[in-house]
Amino acid sequence: MVDGILVWRRLVGAQIRSQLQYRMSFALDMTGTFWISFIDFFVVLTIFHNVPRLGSWTVHEVAFLYALSAITFAVTDLLIGHLDQFPQKIRDGNFDIVLVRPRGTLLQIVASDFATRRVARVLQGVIVLVYALSGLHIHWTPAREAVLLASLPSAAVIFSSIWVVGACIAFWTTDGGEFTNAFTYGGTTMAQYPFDIYSAWLRRFLGYFVPLAFVCYFPALYVLGKPDLLGVPHFFDFLSPAVALVAACIAGSIWRFAVRHYRSAGG
Amino acid sequence: MIEVEQLSKQFVVRRGRFRREQHAVEAVKEISFRVERGELLGYLGPNGAGKSTTIKMLTGILVPTSGRVTVAGLEPSRKRIELARRIGAMFGQRIQLWWDLPLLDSFQLLRHIYRVPPERYRRNLDRFMEVLELDSFIHTPVRQLSLGQRIRGELVAAMLHGPELLFLDEPTIGLDVVAKQRVRDFLVEINRDDGVTVMLTTHDLGDIERLCNRLLVIDHGSLIWDGGIPELKERYGGERVLVVDLEASAPPLAVEGATVQRVDGPRQWLRFRGSASELTARVAAAARIVDLQVQEPDIEEIVRRIYSEPGSRA
Repeated sequence: MVDGILVWRRLVGAQIRSQLQYRMSFALDMTGTFWISFIDFFVVLTIFHNVPRLGSWTVHEVAFLYALSAITFAVTDLLIGHLDQFPQKIRDGNFDIVLVRPRGTLLQIVASDFATRRVARVLQGVIVLVYALSGLHIHWTPAREAVLLASLPSAAVIFSSIWVVGACIAFWTTDGGEFTNAFTYGGTTMAQYPFDIYSAWLRRFLGYFVPLAFVCYFPALYVLGKPDLLGVPHFFDFLSPAVALVAACIAGSIWRFAVRHYRSAGG
Repeated sequence: MIEVEQLSKQFVVRRGRFRREQHAVEAVKEISFRVERGELLGYLGPNGAGKSTTIKMLTGILVPTSGRVTVAGLEPSRKRIELARRIGAMFGQRIQLWWDLPLLDSFQLLRHIYRVPPERYRRNLDRFMEVLELDSFIHTPVRQLSLGQRIRGELVAAMLHGPELLFLDEPTIGLDVVAKQRVRDFLVEINRDDGVTVMLTTHDLGDIERLCNRLLVIDHGSLIWDGGIPELKERYGGERVLVVDLEASAPPLAVEGATVQRVDGPRQWLRFRGSASELTARVAAAARIVDLQVQEPDIEEIVRRIYSEPGSRA
């Protein structure tokens, strides 16, 4: 495990050094990503310019939820977002090289790229969080702090699991990046808004099937001390780490199963 | 070192645009062979014959449909990581090295991926750098290397961790004569001095003739030849050619046991089987010989004959 992390660090270091070979392109990427992600939050502000509340949520509460989702998603995206490029590796047969090396396949794939420019998105999330906290008066208790701290890594694990499962599809379809993006990029957009504004079937789908509700919504409810309008048991607020663990196990098993169906490419 | 029994691989291919029919294509059909430690084995076959598919099953990349494979005592697809530490693999058309970084960086990354102890890494790298003359470009980014330089780098990358067994898929593809020779010399050296078992696929018959003491030929997924190169020539290319330069131009010679294939002025080409000295004596009795030469059938000719022989297509 420790050794695996060290190898990951070396491989990612190599990727960053590679990207720095093209400095101009690197700088432009970084700036571009930063502004695009800001425009995204302007949409939220525009909505609240026209309506005072969204369901029972004020602008700062939504900003808080938005920031939690944005930060965890941006961190996940930074670490494993390049999995959406993975179908290319399947299609051109370059996954062969991963398989002849004495390391876990997922570790090698995750470490095979690093989207440094996405640091800009993490930064955007942090700025929105500061904005949210400036307008909220959260009554901090140790329990609330613990839930918030536990929910961030849990959310990252849940997002990662969805990404990994999506990447597995490529073993059969030799493509499928866009299908996964619907759940990852699409999912984060959903998770940025309070779930009680969605219709019942969508809430159920995102709560139980693709467990995005656990990413930020339930932990945010608890931290903000808001009542849940969906009528789910109170303990759901604390369930994120357990859901993350289950999601990771399922994703890991599907990945192992999928690797055995790799067909390679070429003569 | 390698044991293969009744090994098969099927791929399911879908046809049709709307109503998709599935049908199975057998890339490798029940092949069996054994490779002993220290062999240098050539694996030959036309495009799409199943060479790469076999190599991929031996290295744990593909899971066989049926049959049994053991490599270094391990079942490749189940013990992939354990096996990966003991074998090296190089695919002439895939890039293992880190494209934008200096060659040396790739070696250092591989050292950590393979957990090679520092002193062994140092020793191996120094030696391979000398044999393959990497000094002049070891600090150059891989993307700026010539193909020949890159392939030399790839070879070192495959050998750094000191594998017992090396798989090479078309290692000399696209290389010029000098670069090819360097690669061949390197393979001979690691096979002879380090006892590394080498299995290589190639379309280059020069590789086969200069390197291999044994040859496997696969066609349409079936193994059609397993044996040495002299035996192969005996079996498929029994006929040799005697080239004689006569004192003067003459009509085609009529000698027993040979047929004249070609006449060019005083030079004649006689195709024959059996003893060259007996034929020479008979020709000498019929005409005055100035010079002579016996031509062995070249392997290219033989392979062409094997591929086109109807019996070879199972």
